[in-house]
Amino acid sequence: MTAPTHMHLAVALDGVGWHPAAWREPRARPAELYTGRYWTDVIAEAERGLLDFVTIEDGFSLQSSRTDRVAGRLDAVLIAARTAPLTRHIGLIPTVVVTHTEPFHVSKAIATLDYASNGRAGIRVRVSASPAEAALFGRRDFPRLNLADRDDPAVRHLVTTLFDEAADFVEVVRRLWDSWDDDAEIRDAATGRFVDREKLHYIDFSGDHFSVKGPSITPRPVQGQPVVSALGHAAVPYRLIAKGADIGYVTPRDSGQARQIVAEIRAARDAPDPVRVFGDLVVFLGPSEAAAAGRKARLDELAGAAYTSDATVFTGTPARLADLLTEWQRAGLSGFRLRPGAVPDDLEAITRELVPELQRRGAFRTAYEADTLRGLLGLRRPAGRYAHVGSN
Amino acid sequence: MTKQAKQIHLAAHFPGVNNTTVWSDPKSGSHIEFSSFERFARTAERAKFDFLFLAEGLRLREQNGKIYDLDVVGRPDTFTVLAALAAVTDRLGLAGTINSTFNEPYEVARQFASLDHLSGGRAAWNVVTSWDAFTGENFRRGGYLPQEARYERARTFLRTAWELYDSWHGDEIIADKESGVFLIRGEAGRFEHRDAHFDISGQFNVPRSPQGRPVIFQAGDSEEGREFAASSADAIFSRHGTLAEGQVFYADVKGRLARYGRAPDQLLILPAATFVLGDTDAEAAELAGVVRRQQVSGQTAIAFLEQLWNRDLSGYDPDGPLPDVDPDLGEHTIARGRASVRMHRDPMAIAAQWRAKAEAEKLSIRDLIIEITARQTFVGSAATVAGAINELVQADASDGFILVPHITPGGLDEFADTVVPLLQERGVFRSEYEGSTLREHLGLDPLTTSSAF
Repeated sequence: MTAPTHMHLAVALDGVGWHPAAWREPRARPAELYTGRYWTDVIAEAERGLLDFVTIEDGFSLQSSRTDRVAGRLDAVLIAARTAPLTRHIGLIPTVVVTHTEPFHVSKAIATLDYASNGRAGIRVRVSASPAEAALFGRRDFPRLNLADRDDPAVRHLVTTLFDEAADFVEVVRRLWDSWDDDAEIRDAATGRFVDREKLHYIDFSGDHFSVKGPSITPRPVQGQPVVSALGHAAVPYRLIAKGADIGYVTPRDSGQARQIVAEIRAARDAPDPVRVFGDLVVFLGPSEAAAAGRKARLDELAGAAYTSDATVFTGTPARLADLLTEWQRAGLSGFRLRPGAVPDDLEAITRELVPELQRRGAFRTAYEADTLRGLLGLRRPAGRYAHVGSN
Repeated sequence: MTKQAKQIHLAAHFPGVNNTTVWSDPKSGSHIEFSSFERFARTAERAKFDFLFLAEGLRLREQNGKIYDLDVVGRPDTFTVLAALAAVTDRLGLAGTINSTFNEPYEVARQFASLDHLSGGRAAWNVVTSWDAFTGENFRRGGYLPQEARYERARTFLRTAWELYDSWHGDEIIADKESGVFLIRGEAGRFEHRDAHFDISGQFNVPRSPQGRPVIFQAGDSEEGREFAASSADAIFSRHGTLAEGQVFYADVKGRLARYGRAPDQLLILPAATFVLGDTDAEAAELAGVVRRQQVSGQTAIAFLEQLWNRDLSGYDPDGPLPDVDPDLGEHTIARGRASVRMHRDPMAIAAQWRAKAEAEKLSIRDLIIEITARQTFVGSAATVAGAINELVQADASDGFILVPHITPGGLDEFADTVVPLLQERGVFRSEYEGSTLREHLGLDPLTTSSAF
């Protein structure tokens, strides 16, 4: 059992790191980004650091048409699946764009990842309002808007609609996970029945955006409900986190803001289980303040611009980062999702320096204490919502 | 000059959601836990098989308005299992059925390209089309496609996917840290495709994969299906496993290739085949009878009969005679979500044949269904089965077989241990993998981007 003062720690994996020039670092392996070995190595390193989970970024659009940036990425669910049999404890949370995908396919894919990892699967749902991404599918058109302008009524309308749709998507995915009772498979030779069909349930979801009949073709996953997570920067996504997610990733600038955001999300929560709110930070780490700052400055120069992010950018020593995380944890955050500026440098600084530092302070686990991702997060395995209903 | 012996291609079909799969046997394990898939795949790789094959079904089957519960029910997501299997195998091809109706080309192309990268060039796609509103109820796009539009959509779906694959040539990424050039062309992946089914444009975001694109399988048997295979597929998953039928099918399909400028060895004919092995032929024959009774329980026999009769026959005794009522020729309502039902084109005539057979041979309902549905392709000692397989391949009835064991996950073990070594001794099956990609295992020419059109 995680001690109450323990924080949760995750890393967000995006290519060879979040800085656009990270691929030029001497130890970076950019040409291997499209191999199973690369992802297995990186996630195994995160597991050596006893981290709760990794998230894997994804999207359908090419990152950019610039020739000096990493271009191309593999499907995140398949990357997670490719590493699942070769890891033992760490949670695997791929990003899925819900705006253009089928909840039925996504539900069984994450359920299958849960089987392949013996209970370590999650999903990070991402909404896409990009007209360019929509054009790859050709099934819907989005207006060209400045999405950063949250006061524009057209932006507000689009964002609200897409997040409402995302909430329906999550609801369908979750109902499908529950559409088989845990004990549906009976193998009763006497009656010739493999399943008890009273324990399989039509989900009969019908919403404004789509309807889905069910049941899933995949039995209820190991965790019952794999972990659902989402990133949010404002009220609309906070509502999605509060209503449908187990984990929310948020981007406070200081501990005061962290406190506010946690309160806002908790107030909107009406589910019986707690929501885990993780603070997101981009990290550039070094043995001294100067070394860390120097590394980031060198990368900025290679990229031709100072790196900026939606999340707080931390540059400094692992000990100073430990101080900051401890302060923000006191403001109510359950844990942190660190985005390494460069891989492997910043990833290894997390697993080999930050983690031992936190362990010395009694703030982080010294061994994995659970076999499932829900277990690591201190979440119970929920009963199926249709169990004992007996309808078909 | 004697003709050089053909090399046999062998694949393993993970036991599926149908009554070939025996779940009631004590040796039958989980159909969903990953360990079963891993065990099965490791056996196939140990035996140097070309590939493992995974089927797909996107809605639980129903009969009489209720979920069909007599066969194995439940399966994993195809892509996810194949990607996980790529971690525990090294050379084995990883083939899966993916429906082209309830998916979009960009997403499927991306998933297969990802699988091909993550497996080092071992991905294969069995392209199927679906048409029914029944399955469509599970999807936001819904679904109903008239029969004639199905292959048209499948063809354009596949062509669209190929355009996406060919939008990268394979030489774009240099990732030169010194000069800061990652990509030599910023326009890599650019595509624009417009037709009656798809209107898409942008940049494909997966660089060219080891095989260039997945190996393409086709399973339909109709005229359109054969033509589709001749134009676009690398292998056919056929159901003509006997000598006479197989030779006719083989000649027909191979004969169509020249029209598309393709050589006969660039489309493999691989029928599905079941098998029962024993120490002797007699022992295998006896065992085959036992397996057939396991596959067709009394309840399963009644269910099969209902699919032809198109009415509720639950009141009939499976150990008694066939019903005296005739099949209901109205709209087919009894069974949904299964392909075999479509094959009953003239139910009255088939029912008459079945009745005649049952009367002449004194067969009960269950006996009859066992006779007509469950006969195994290969039954015998390892030597007999190895001989039969080799004979069919050398006689151009097929290029090899996709073996369908009836037990999960150990049903392939005996074949791997006893039949494969005999084929290897005869020099008609590989003792080691020579290539690393599935295209290489199948003897397919490497792709160049320009050859795709």
